[in-house]
Formats: sequence, C-alpha cells, structure tokens
Amino acid sequence: MNSDLQIMLLASVVAAACVLPGVFLVLRRTAMLSDAISHTALLGIVLAFLVVINFVPGFERPLDSPLLVIGAALIGLLTVTLVELLSNTGRLNQDAAIGLTFPALFSLAVIMISSLPALENVHLDTDVVLEGNLGFGVGTRSLWIMLAILVINFLFLLIFYKQLKLTTFDPGLAASLGISPVLVHYGLMSLVSVTAVGAFNVVGAILVVALIIAPAVTAYLLTDRLIWMIILSVLIGVVCSIAGYWLSIPLDTSTSGTIVAVLGAAFGLVFLFAPQQGIVSQSARRRNQKWEFAQTALVIHLQNHEHEPVYTDEANVEHCQEHMQWTHDFTERVVHLAQRENLLKRRGDVLFLTDSGRIRANEAIESV
Amino acid sequence: MELFTDYTLRNIALGTAILGIVSGALGCFALLRRQSLLGDAISHAALPGVVVAFMLFSENGIGTRLFGRLFPALVIDSKGPIVLMVGALIAGWLSTIIILAIVQNTRIKEDGAIGLGMSVFFGVGLMLLTFVQNNGYKNQAGLDTFLFGQAAALVQKDVIVMGVIGTIAIIGMLVFWKEFKLVSFDRDFAASIGFPTRTLDIVLTTLLVIAIVIGLEAVGVVLMSAMVVAPAAAARQWTDKLSVMVVTAALFGAISGVGGAIITTNVDLPTGPVIVLLITLIAVLSLLFAPQRGLVWDWGRQQRNRRRLQRNLVLESLYVLALKHDDARGHPVETLRMMAMGQRGIQHTLDYLRDEGLAFDENGLWRLTEAGSLAADALLTETESTQAALAGVLQ
Repeated sequence: MNSDLQIMLLASVVAAACVLPGVFLVLRRTAMLSDAISHTALLGIVLAFLVVINFVPGFERPLDSPLLVIGAALIGLLTVTLVELLSNTGRLNQDAAIGLTFPALFSLAVIMISSLPALENVHLDTDVVLEGNLGFGVGTRSLWIMLAILVINFLFLLIFYKQLKLTTFDPGLAASLGISPVLVHYGLMSLVSVTAVGAFNVVGAILVVALIIAPAVTAYLLTDRLIWMIILSVLIGVVCSIAGYWLSIPLDTSTSGTIVAVLGAAFGLVFLFAPQQGIVSQSARRRNQKWEFAQTALVIHLQNHEHEPVYTDEANVEHCQEHMQWTHDFTERVVHLAQRENLLKRRGDVLFLTDSGRIRANEAIESV
Repeated sequence: MELFTDYTLRNIALGTAILGIVSGALGCFALLRRQSLLGDAISHAALPGVVVAFMLFSENGIGTRLFGRLFPALVIDSKGPIVLMVGALIAGWLSTIIILAIVQNTRIKEDGAIGLGMSVFFGVGLMLLTFVQNNGYKNQAGLDTFLFGQAAALVQKDVIVMGVIGTIAIIGMLVFWKEFKLVSFDRDFAASIGFPTRTLDIVLTTLLVIAIVIGLEAVGVVLMSAMVVAPAAAARQWTDKLSVMVVTAALFGAISGVGGAIITTNVDLPTGPVIVLLITLIAVLSLLFAPQRGLVWDWGRQQRNRRRLQRNLVLESLYVLALKHDDARGHPVETLRMMAMGQRGIQHTLDYLRDEGLAFDENGLWRLTEAGSLAADALLTETESTQAALAGVLQ
C-alpha cells in the first residue's frame, strides 16, 4: 500500500476510535480521566512488556502485541478504580484524586524503565510517550489493532447507545429503570483504556488526549443533539487528522503535534464563530438584547398612557427620552428600530403604537 | 553531614525544597477551588512558551539580534534558565486565561476545557519543538530537560533564580491572603461585598503558574502536576484551618523534595519520579492515618459501633427469649442468629457477653445472668423512652 495513504488511513482510524468514547467522557464531565489513563498506559505497557518477554517465548516485536494492549488496558482500569476509590472516601474531590493517582503510576513506570536491565534495549523512550511514531510509518499491525479497537468501540456504542445516553444525561432515571450507571461507567472506561493504549503507541500520550477531548468539545458547541455530536466529532477528528498530516510534511514537524495544532485551530474557529454558542454570535445576541429591551420599554410606556388625554405630551419623543433617562442618540435609534419592526409610527415628534406594538407590550407585561 | 558539604547535592536539595514549598503552598488554593488539574494543564502548556523563547533567544534568533547586545545574559548558551522560564510563564498563563474564558463563555465544563487547553498547547509545543530540531537550531540542550526534568543538572544559578521567583510568589500569596481565602471558600460572598473576583482569579492562577514553572526544570511536566496536588491533598487531611494547611503542605513538599534528592544521590534513580512517589506516599499515609479525618480511624469507629450494636441486639434477644418462654432453659446460638437476621459474628458476641459476666452457656444453650437481665432491661427502657421522645417530637 502507498505509505501516504496508509498513514492517513491509520490517523483516521485512530481519530475515529478515540472520538467515539470521547464524546461521552466530555458529556459526563470526566474528560480528564482520559489524561490519567493515557499517562498510566506507560506503566501498563512496561508491566505487560515484562510479562510478555518473560512468559511468552519467541516474541519478536513485543511492542505492538495485542497482549500488550490488553495488559496495559487493565492498568487503565486500575487507574480509574483507584480514582473512584479515592474520591469515594469523601476526603478528596475527583480532580484531586486524578491528580494524585496518575503521576504516581507514571513515576513508577519512569523509574522502572530507567532501572530495569530487561527494559534497556526496548524502544520505549520519551519520544514514544510524546509523539508516538505515526510520522515514521507504522506497520500494518498497528493498523489492524486500531481497526479492531474502532470496531469494538462502534459496536459498544451501537449496542449500549440507550444505556450510555440515559446514564449520561439522567443517572437517577437510568438507575430507576434498572440500568447500572456504575457498570456503564466501567464499560466506557474499559473502552477508553483499550483505545488509549492502542493509540498511545501510534500517536503518543498527548495526541490521545487531544483526539478524545478536542473533537468532542468542538462538536458540543455546534449541536444540541447527541447523535449529531457523535457524527460531527468523528468528522472533525478525521478531517483534522488528515489535514494535520499533510501540513506536517512541508513544515517538517511532528505529525502528532501538527494534528493537535489543527484540532486546536478548528476549536478556535468554532469557539469564535459557532452559530449559537460562538463568542461572536453570543455578543451579537447580547447587543441585540439591549435594543430589544429598550424597544419593549418604550412600547409599554406608550401603552400605559394611550387612553389619557395628555397622550400627545407623554408620547413626545423628547418626553420619552427624559422619562427613560436615555441619551438623544440612543432614543432616536430605538425609535428608528421600533419603526422598522413596525411597533410604532412617528408623526412629527409624537409616537403612536401599532397593533403589533400593543401585542408586544402585552406579551412583555404578561411574561412578568 | 553530606547535605551541607556536597555541592551538587546541596543545589539539588535546595532546588527541590523550594519547588516543594512553593507548589505545596499555592496548590492548597487550587485544591480548595477544585482546580487541581489546572496545574497539570499549566505544566503541559508551558512547552510552546519554552520553545518559542528558545527560538527567539538562541544564537541566530530575532530576540538575540534585537536585545543580545544590550543584555548578553539573555542569549541562550548552554541553557538560559531565565528566558526559558519567562517563556514557560507566558504560555502557562495564556493557557489558563484561555481555559477560564472557555469555561466562562461556553457550556463546556472545566474538565473538557482543561483537557483541551492542555493537549492543544502541548501539541503546538511539540510541533514547534520538532520544527526547531529539524531546522538546524543549535544548542537545543535543555529542552528535553524541561519535559522530564533533570534535577541533577541544577546549578547554583538555577537555585538562586528559583529562590527569587519562589519568594515573589509566596509574598504575593501573603499580600492577598485575605482576598484569596475569601474567593476560595465563598466566591459569591466575596463578589457581593465588592471584591474583584475575576481579577483575583487571574492573580491567583498567575501565582500558581509561577509555582509550576519554577519546578518544571527539576521534575518535569507530568511530575510537576503531582507537586501541585499531592502536598495540598495530604495537608488537607490534617487540618481544617487554611493557614495551617498551607504551612503543612509547604512542609510536605519540602520534605519530599529533599528526601528525593538525598535518595537519588545515593541510589541511581531519576530524582523527579522518586520525589513524586515520596509525596504520594505522604498523601496516602495522611489519608489513612491523619487524626480526625484518617480513614483507618473511620473504619475503627465503624467496627466499634457495629460491635456495640450487635452486643445490645444479642443481649435484648436473650432477654426477650427468657420473657417469652418463661423458663430456665437456655437457647442455642442458631436462634440468636435468626433473631439477628443473619448478621455474622454472633458466636463472637456471645463469648464477649460471657466475658462481661452478662451471659453463660450450658451445653451450648445460652442464658442471661442476673446482671445480664438488668442490663438488657435498662437497654430496653432506654430504647422505649427514646422512642417516646421521638414520637413526641414528630407530633
């Protein structure tokens, strides 16, 4: 197979595999567990490696053995269990429990790598931790492993979609319907562990975290529907991975790092320009709210005095300005906007409500 | 002692002690504000700052060309700790500002924002790092150090820099002590009496960034996040008072730092991870054995309560049996087990009652002694009066 194509395929598969559990981690506010798992994966790999070289004879390339993935994934689960145990004691918050657990396990791994002679000749150095070896062309074996993980994740999602959805959005209801939130939690964490360990070797610890979290939070700002969030996340993850790969070639930079940078840029764009949740549209809405509020206040004022004999005095533009304590320019603009929305009509300096203006005033009063 | 005579060991021990004190003290506020993982984010996010600083101030960098003649100290020779530290500081600071902005302006929660900020900053840093490596920048020693830490490479100049910056951070904490305390424990109240809470947030996280950046060179990225969380988590178990907690955390940080330095000069192990394991050990021991909050005392209390309740239950059961049957015959342990709804340890409790002189057995049939009847009667009267009082309250 063409090597460009193969790398792009692998990057896409890794992205999709990471994104699927990532969506639920983000929605469950446990995104940082992925950070913990991806770091402790190193300990898992070291331990599983020791087991493999000692008890499985004739292993030539132990670093991408499926046994290694499974063994290391168990350490991922151990991490999650330790975090749960610590936070269930009620002595620590969950984030502190995470922050206490994973550096300790990671330290243990670093100490083992640096001091055990059996690990001396292994390509298990800091580069792998940081950036994996995606850019250097990886064996088809990694591709098969990641493909298998992707299929497992997809099937899990397909089969347990209802359970995942319920325990994520309403754990109380889920429990009362007989779905165990704890069981679903550990199921999901097993997926994260297997995925993180499998991807760890390909893209490195940090890209794993980025791929699990970044596409999901980006899609979270674009849609309110879970199914769309999943689809968009996968799309974002895959597109950014391919774009990152192509960008890394002319820049001559780390493939993983560049993919993460592209993911970051994509989030930045969405953060600023998302139609509903983006900063720009939010501030536009806030600005509009100011004008809308002023218009409503004006029509309520007019309606209050509509049947009074002194109406023409009350409805005078200058009087309104004084009454509302607005500036001249502000008043002119509010009147102009209100006319454009057909809330009132202006004759000379006197304002007259239209029917839709009355409706607006009544609605506003009723809503209070 | 070796610690005071050996030059290298003294530098390492002093450096790690400083980083332990500063990160321990400021970590307390992060812990109380549930932002422990912000430390993790900051330490990862420092990478691009370090690389950019390196690019600007290396031999042919723009910064060097602009400022090199004026301030030759800024040019990075073997490694320029101050320039790299400032770079780390700016990047770490920027990342927290972005994370806070995401949390404040979108529906993304803290964990998602932290994970995103951390990984993206680190990814960009990695990209820049490889760019530096592949484009022939010279003197790139010192970059690798920043990632995994190299306490053994600390020289006196580094320790002085760490000491000065660390002192600034601690003084900053003391100056704003009252304000920080209030925003950490009751933000809304602080805002309502006119404290500029957002500004205080930023000042506090800036100090945290400083604390982290100090330690990066010695213990590296991942391990620095432990130095923010673990001393504070350990100290929290010993006290409910903030001032005591901060001092204790600083002390724990310093102990693990110096301990790690001493151990690793004698045994050939990497210093950073050993320090982390030490501070984790302190945290675990504190969780288990700290007075009041220690889990072991909790378990002890639970056991004692359970035993006392079962003793009373068995005593009452024997009493009820004697009343109902109105005979001098004893009752087998199985009956008592049934009356205790299958609780374990009934035999043990019976033996205990015998030792107390409240019960005795004849051929495996148990009965109360005179004293046992009196004790059970008193217990039941007590229960009845409690129930009556409770009923009165409920009405």
